[in-house]
Amino acid sequence: MSTAASTETKPAAPAIEKIKVKVDGREIEVPRLMADWSGKLTPTTMIQACELAKTDVPHYCWHPQLPVVGNCRMCLVEFGTPALGPDRKPVINPDGTAKIAKSPRPAISCATPISPGMEIYTTTPAVKQMREGVLESLLINHPLDCTICDQAGECKLQEYSIDYGQSASRFVEAKVHKPKAVDLGPRIMLDAERCILCTRCIRFTRDIAGDDKLGIINRGSYNTIATFPGTPFDNNYTLNTVDICPVGALTSKDFRFQMRVWFLRETKSLCTSCGTGCSTLLGSREEKLFRYTPRDNPAVNGPWMCDAGRLNYKWIQRADRLKEVQVFGKKNTWAAALYQISDRLKRAQAGSVAIIASARQTNEELWLISKLKAKLGAVSDSVARFGEADKLLVSADKNPNTNGARLTGICFTEIGSNLPQIAAGIQSGKIRTLIVFGEDVTKHGIGADLLGKLETLIVSDILPNETVKLAHYVLPGAAHAEKRGSFTNTKGRVQKFMKAVEAPGDARAEWEFLHDLVHNITGQNGFVTIEGLFNEMAKDVPAFNGLSWAALGDTGVTVQI
Amino acid sequence: MAQEYKLILKYADEPGYTPDIECYLRHGGYEGLKKALAMQPKDLPDGKKLSGPEQIREDVKVSGLRGRGGAGFSCGLKWSFVDRRSGKPIYLICNADESEPGTFKDRQIIHKDPHQLIEGMIISCFANDVKLAYIYIRGEMPEGAKILNQALKEARAKNFLGKNILGTGYDLEMHVHRGAGAYICGEETGLIESLEGKRPYPRIKPPYFPAVLGLWMCPTIVNNVETLCNVKHIVEMGGAAFAKLGTPNNTGTRIVSLSGQVKRPGYYEIEVGKATLGELINDPKFGGGLLDGRKLKAIIPGGSSSKILKAGEKFKLKKKDAEGKEVVVDTDMLDLPYDFDSLAQAGTMSGSSAIIVMDDSVDIVEALANLSEFYAHESCGQCTPCREGSLWMNKTLHRLTHGEGRKQDAEYLGKIADNIPGGRTICAFGEACSWPVQSFLAKFKDEFVAKGAADEERRAQEAGQPNALAEAHH
Repeated sequence: MSTAASTETKPAAPAIEKIKVKVDGREIEVPRLMADWSGKLTPTTMIQACELAKTDVPHYCWHPQLPVVGNCRMCLVEFGTPALGPDRKPVINPDGTAKIAKSPRPAISCATPISPGMEIYTTTPAVKQMREGVLESLLINHPLDCTICDQAGECKLQEYSIDYGQSASRFVEAKVHKPKAVDLGPRIMLDAERCILCTRCIRFTRDIAGDDKLGIINRGSYNTIATFPGTPFDNNYTLNTVDICPVGALTSKDFRFQMRVWFLRETKSLCTSCGTGCSTLLGSREEKLFRYTPRDNPAVNGPWMCDAGRLNYKWIQRADRLKEVQVFGKKNTWAAALYQISDRLKRAQAGSVAIIASARQTNEELWLISKLKAKLGAVSDSVARFGEADKLLVSADKNPNTNGARLTGICFTEIGSNLPQIAAGIQSGKIRTLIVFGEDVTKHGIGADLLGKLETLIVSDILPNETVKLAHYVLPGAAHAEKRGSFTNTKGRVQKFMKAVEAPGDARAEWEFLHDLVHNITGQNGFVTIEGLFNEMAKDVPAFNGLSWAALGDTGVTVQI
Repeated sequence: MAQEYKLILKYADEPGYTPDIECYLRHGGYEGLKKALAMQPKDLPDGKKLSGPEQIREDVKVSGLRGRGGAGFSCGLKWSFVDRRSGKPIYLICNADESEPGTFKDRQIIHKDPHQLIEGMIISCFANDVKLAYIYIRGEMPEGAKILNQALKEARAKNFLGKNILGTGYDLEMHVHRGAGAYICGEETGLIESLEGKRPYPRIKPPYFPAVLGLWMCPTIVNNVETLCNVKHIVEMGGAAFAKLGTPNNTGTRIVSLSGQVKRPGYYEIEVGKATLGELINDPKFGGGLLDGRKLKAIIPGGSSSKILKAGEKFKLKKKDAEGKEVVVDTDMLDLPYDFDSLAQAGTMSGSSAIIVMDDSVDIVEALANLSEFYAHESCGQCTPCREGSLWMNKTLHRLTHGEGRKQDAEYLGKIADNIPGGRTICAFGEACSWPVQSFLAKFKDEFVAKGAADEERRAQEAGQPNALAEAHH
């Protein structure tokens, strides 16, 4: 089946032996081996078993995608293993069950492997007391400045204080004072007093980002996160340390003091900065975007994303956004503009129309454009955008949906190869109508002189540019944060994204007006919802056969590209 | 009566004995090594053969040698855990990071008889197929490092080290690595991290047991200086003969570091368990008794982290009588045999065999404040309970010894200490910093309460007489 769609990115691993353990008295079967932070199969740990048993074990330093260090001690649990008699055989209780020898010492569940018949106790008085002890220790020198802390609302100290905190502190000594508002690098601020020294940031930076910049200086309670003198913490992944910092020690210079997190609405979306298509959460309030954070997607980005992508949202709120429909330089209505455009296109001679779409548009939009293209016998393409790739997430392809443009037939293996042909067509007078979506074609070989020769120049864009200036029809479009749709990333992962904020003024999602246009010109009466549109497209585009909007889920589906 | 028994320190303090190799050779040095290298495979009753190195390992087991660094773990057992099938090199590290307060025995060996250590190490390396070994020496012992480096040079020149040692085909290289002044580097996995050039953060176990994943993630043996010296004697005299020294399960000799208010502080080598705490303190051959006119108050029996014993404490000690039957004997703390098991029965430990004697002139709160300052300063800060608890205890004790105490501080301090040990921390430093506090409080609580109460009373008086303080300043 050439169009096989699957949610798996890796071939199925060989079957792993299961073993039985008990978590707080409930027996469950867990695999003997599980993937560690690096994906290597290692003996399953207690915390992994507890997670499978849906038992929450509080933790600070443990992170499934980072090497285990076991320093916070919050995940200490009690446990027992089957008792062995002098003959090294299990001792059986009178009721036939295996006798359990309870360990006199607790164990950190993040690093202790399970064994057959093990019993893990996470709710005993001793475990509760240990958690209270750890939390108290973490708080005695903490500034307790939640009122002005950016982490408030998503802070693990606050979270666990509900279950294990004290209403009053018995600490009467002077607190340790450490550096505050430390400029670690261009995007990161450190408050060393808030830091609980879990070293997640150090491990991420060393083991994931491969930029061993952070370390600990001093000793004991005076330990402080620091960079090497004179070397700023500056790589393209520094902001991930803010995400994984369980407390308010590391904050984003971009987001700090901008908005209380509990006012943010979180919308599942995708990053559009390159062809990787990292899953994101857009934090917005009252039609304003405040931050992008990565959304865990094992098939694409895991829990990470790059700083460049994360901060690439300010353009959406630029004051000079295109907000009006314009017809020959004058403000007009969508109805009037679409009526006129439809009329012109219906009258256009076959072969006289060219379409330059954008690989930043959604699959649905590109598919609708392909319907127009077919009806009009138009030549089409889009614009390539290449840059540097890195080893972690950043793709050299700076378009988020090059594969979508390919699979819907808008462009070809080599994106942009039709552009000279279109330029020549305009030059020769063969092409008299040009439809442009989201690209400034004057920068791609179709200059103002050529555009001036056109009978009709229809431009849909988000921000003003030279092409927009020359357009006969300006159709203000929506940024991805302002609409729904799907992209196909460089590896063929089809993922959907949701709408976070309203588009400004009269701007509309392209798929909405494209739907109208396609209806007017081809007679195709498609769906007016994104769900219906996607499902219709999935039936029509071979690579997408078998997909449905609902089945994309939150993390998408990989298709053959 | 208890006697000194000099095995390790046999020659060290003899007049004219020098640390150079010629002197060592004149005193029978490196004969143990030659014997070890010459061992022929031995046929076993079951038809298998035991190689020379295997015979040494077996002999170390038979000897009953227990680690002299502090934990007293069986050396033979430790060696048996080494992963010999990994295909990776096996390393041996001599832990010469002697820094437990009160302990100064390894320093004597290193300064006065470095070749004994080196010979013990070479034999241990040969027994464990080690090709590269390190001596990790405490940063504050620059002289020791110099002496060891000189000794290594001499040993290399005589082909006791290097390629094809004494023509046997066995290669071994050995380096001295100096620490940078952190007590935690004495913790074996912290030591390994430090040796790898990192912060000495002790590793979590599991999975990083040195015998499997040690230095550079290779199987690694870490032994104390005195332990490694003993291996030379085990090979020379045979494990069974060695096991006759000392007492059952507490074999061989130990060098005891005796400090505090005794007439003759110093180091004394004894057969393990053949002298009591009282003899070590009072016998003229050892401590020679307390300073005149003083009375014994307490003893810290095994380095500063071991639990304190109070003068007059009685323990129920399990012993075997003449017929081998187990009997329980009421034993005064001074009558405790100085060995691993008796002190464990008394709820403390012989640790690094460093006895700190305190007489009735000692302010017990001040003494604990002093110890806790050390532990707060030396906590590496990796894991939460120790990092925060050690400084918290220190701050409380500082307050209590600087006129800012409260009546409830004894209880307060106890609760802080209770949050640290018992497997809550990554390494045994958690125990090391909290046991003194717990044991001082358990045995001298009244002194802590009294101090806090006196402070409260004084402050109340000062508050009632607002001018008293001002006048005092004039």
